[in-house]
Amino acid sequence: MAMTQRLLPVSIFAALMAVIPLIPGMPPFWIVLLNNIGLAALVAMGLVLLTGVGGLTSFGQAAFCGFGAYTTAVLSTAYGVSPWLTLPLSLLVSGGAAVLLGLVTVRLSGHYLPLGTIAWGIGLFYLFSKLEFLGRNDGITGIPPLSIGTLKMLDAGTIYYAIWIAVLICALLSMNLLDSRTGRAIRALRRGHIAAEAFGVQTPRAKLLVFIYAAVLAGLSGWLYAHFQRAANPTPFGAHAGIEYLFIAVVGGAGYVWGAVLGAGIVVILKEILQSYLPLLFRGEGQLETIVFGILLVLLLQLAPTGVWPWLMGRLPFKPFRKRPDTSLALPPRDRLAAAPGALLKIDNARKQFGGVIAVNNVSFEVQAREIVALIGPNGAGKSTTFNLVTGVLTSSGGTISVNGQNIDNAPPQEVAKLGIARTFQHVKLVPDMSVLENVAIGAHLRGHSGAISSMLRLDRTDEAKLLAEAARQIERVGLIDQIDQPAGSLSLGQQRIVEIARALCVDPILLLLDEPAAGLRHMEKQRLAALLRQLRDDGMSVLLVEHDMGFVMDLADRIVVLDFGTKIAEGTPDAIKRNPDVIKAYLGTVA
Amino acid sequence: MNTTIMLFLVQDGITNGAIYALLGLALVLVFAVTRVILIPQGEFVTFGALTYATLSTGNMPGTAMLAVAMGVVAFGLDLFAGRSALHPRLVARAFAINILLPVAIYALTSWLAGKNTPIAVNIALSLLIVAAIGLSLYRLVFQPLAHTSVLVLLIASVGAHLALQGLGLVFFGAEGQRGPTISDAAFMVGPLRFTGQSIAVYAITIAFIAGLWLFFGFTLYGKALRATAVNRLGARLVGIRTTLSGQIAFLLASVIGAISGILIVPITTLYYDTGFLIGLKGFIAAIIGGLVSYPLTAVAALVVGTVEAFSSFYASNFKEVIVFTLILPVLVLRSIAAPEVEEEKD
Repeated sequence: MAMTQRLLPVSIFAALMAVIPLIPGMPPFWIVLLNNIGLAALVAMGLVLLTGVGGLTSFGQAAFCGFGAYTTAVLSTAYGVSPWLTLPLSLLVSGGAAVLLGLVTVRLSGHYLPLGTIAWGIGLFYLFSKLEFLGRNDGITGIPPLSIGTLKMLDAGTIYYAIWIAVLICALLSMNLLDSRTGRAIRALRRGHIAAEAFGVQTPRAKLLVFIYAAVLAGLSGWLYAHFQRAANPTPFGAHAGIEYLFIAVVGGAGYVWGAVLGAGIVVILKEILQSYLPLLFRGEGQLETIVFGILLVLLLQLAPTGVWPWLMGRLPFKPFRKRPDTSLALPPRDRLAAAPGALLKIDNARKQFGGVIAVNNVSFEVQAREIVALIGPNGAGKSTTFNLVTGVLTSSGGTISVNGQNIDNAPPQEVAKLGIARTFQHVKLVPDMSVLENVAIGAHLRGHSGAISSMLRLDRTDEAKLLAEAARQIERVGLIDQIDQPAGSLSLGQQRIVEIARALCVDPILLLLDEPAAGLRHMEKQRLAALLRQLRDDGMSVLLVEHDMGFVMDLADRIVVLDFGTKIAEGTPDAIKRNPDVIKAYLGTVA
Repeated sequence: MNTTIMLFLVQDGITNGAIYALLGLALVLVFAVTRVILIPQGEFVTFGALTYATLSTGNMPGTAMLAVAMGVVAFGLDLFAGRSALHPRLVARAFAINILLPVAIYALTSWLAGKNTPIAVNIALSLLIVAAIGLSLYRLVFQPLAHTSVLVLLIASVGAHLALQGLGLVFFGAEGQRGPTISDAAFMVGPLRFTGQSIAVYAITIAFIAGLWLFFGFTLYGKALRATAVNRLGARLVGIRTTLSGQIAFLLASVIGAISGILIVPITTLYYDTGFLIGLKGFIAAIIGGLVSYPLTAVAALVVGTVEAFSSFYASNFKEVIVFTLILPVLVLRSIAAPEVEEEKD
């Protein structure tokens, strides 16, 4: 049922595309145009995943097309290798190049990344045009056509099928990838790496993965291009082409797989119209199409910065149907270490210095099993910094932190998550355009095991169903089941904090770190939250929370630790803390 | 290696590097203030250079008309944006900046064109024309997008580059041009010959670096620009007009671009599309400078220029490959030295 729901629009599209060349009287020129659209769509699809979804902007995709095209050009002309054998090699070469360039570039943050890609994109273009064995500026001609048996794909109408079958397959694989455990990790990248890493996502690996994927799609497009044109020269692999692919992705809607196909259609057809009609209007002077193209590009961005595909989808009279996950499926619990005697979390003389500022000054305290400990203190006391030290977001300047007797000093966040420590953030870190369900499922990342390949081939469905079932159960537990399909960004700030708690619970944690969970909640919601936390404690979980609402803290916590200017000034039961003169002084000041 | 050759190459590299440094500084400036990665910087270079060259041959450059046309559209946009509260003062201000200024420049240019004007006048006219284009470019393309992401701004920047480059072909044709030198003086130091032109390049680069440093360090506008760079919203809350900051940034960038063009057009033949590549080399320097540091950018530009000079001597075929891949080791070092910082986006 769900299968047909998902594949119906794709099948209709495929059938439509299959019929087009068979229409009698179809101008062959239109078929060539459709071939170009398909080739551009393949590259843009990679960019959708890389840039629109993963947030990594690349201007260099055209260079990967070049790797694909030149690999087959050299092998099939100079060495007579069959084009079908060069296909895997083309993909391998572009993927391999992506590994090398990716290792260097994906670590770059913000605007360095796009600029870095411009630089190596241009560098590679010049390399293609200078190397002797690639034919320098003239390139390589006489590339054999693709052939199946005796059918040689010599004309545009036959290679059309090869191109569009590739487009459809890649679109399906891309959609499958996005709708999976790995896909959620990739989608979380755009919002920064801290939240994703707190739930065990290896963000550098996820970035490299999507970088390679995009490069392989570009390589495939290059391979097809070489056998379609039967020639390869450096021009289509230069900086301008790289820019144009990015443009296609943005025009179509950078976050949407089908936006790539739509964008390719719009841009290729627009350019064709401009090139054939503008010279008639203006007596064929100069590069008029570039001028108009540039102006249209700017106008389009000003009018629809999110692209055409989401705009179209928003106008559909029906909403896509979403299936509720089957909550009867059980996800096996996280592998636990045997509980060691002594404290669950032991912080011993933890210290963090930022230059001359000592944010956390030799703080020591413990959290026992089945205990709710509150960390309080005025603003700037070092509470969130302490959280970041425990969860591995920051490296400490001194002291030791251990969980169940195991030292976790400066362990990366992913390792801390594996030990069953889950957290929420003071500034909510959800992916706003992902549904509540998908956001929460990121929390269960470490409890699933399907990788990218099995996701693309939909071999991950049992694993995936269990993950979603667990996420749905935790959403129900925190009382947000009615919002499960809404985009997380549409919820109130208080509800988003609760979504973060559900996400943390998906880790199957032994210790929950909550950073101001009650901020933005109404009175009744706070009571419900307190009841939930007590229930969790009684079931065996420990909670360490930072909170400013004293009524909430005093009522809930078993023990309270008070920080002021990075130093622990008191520790004890709520009643003792209320009467502690140092605490009163820190909060209210002294009597003058 | 022959010492004389080496000295020659270093000298050549430093002259080119100084130009890249100017462009790199402009790129850093614009990015810091507006978050726009200014791909059309290269067009400012070609427009400046070729306008100057055209004026020197006694012809009327098409760029003067472009400035007027862009101004008219910008005026329309201003009126449309302010349609709910059209004060006479607002209209008058928009009219003065968008219509009066470019029209006056156009009139002045067409009056002077063909009159065998001195070099200094031609330079001043070229700068005025390109500055007017730069100002309108911000108004037309980037001001309406000021709130969007760096990526959208980048793509818009590419669009502006394509349109301007196409216009460059219309105005100046496909033929390359050279302009007259600013000074024909030359003297020898040891084996090296210094021309007045290269001295002008050094002097103007140093003057601009010092000027920018003074501007950002010691003037209120400079500080306002820096504040806008750090936090747009915060700057607006304390009363800085972020639009004005953007205009100033584009004005400076277009003037710097045009000056660079005017400085190199006597040394090398420029075509309508040469600016893109020159601008990109300024980029390399700017990226090495991390898009934030002016001194580092200037130093990096000198390195880029020198590497270019040496590689064009020893491996001229792979000159561009070497220059553009130069950036990779730098990026690697940068990412190792300063790991990613989490940005709160959108």
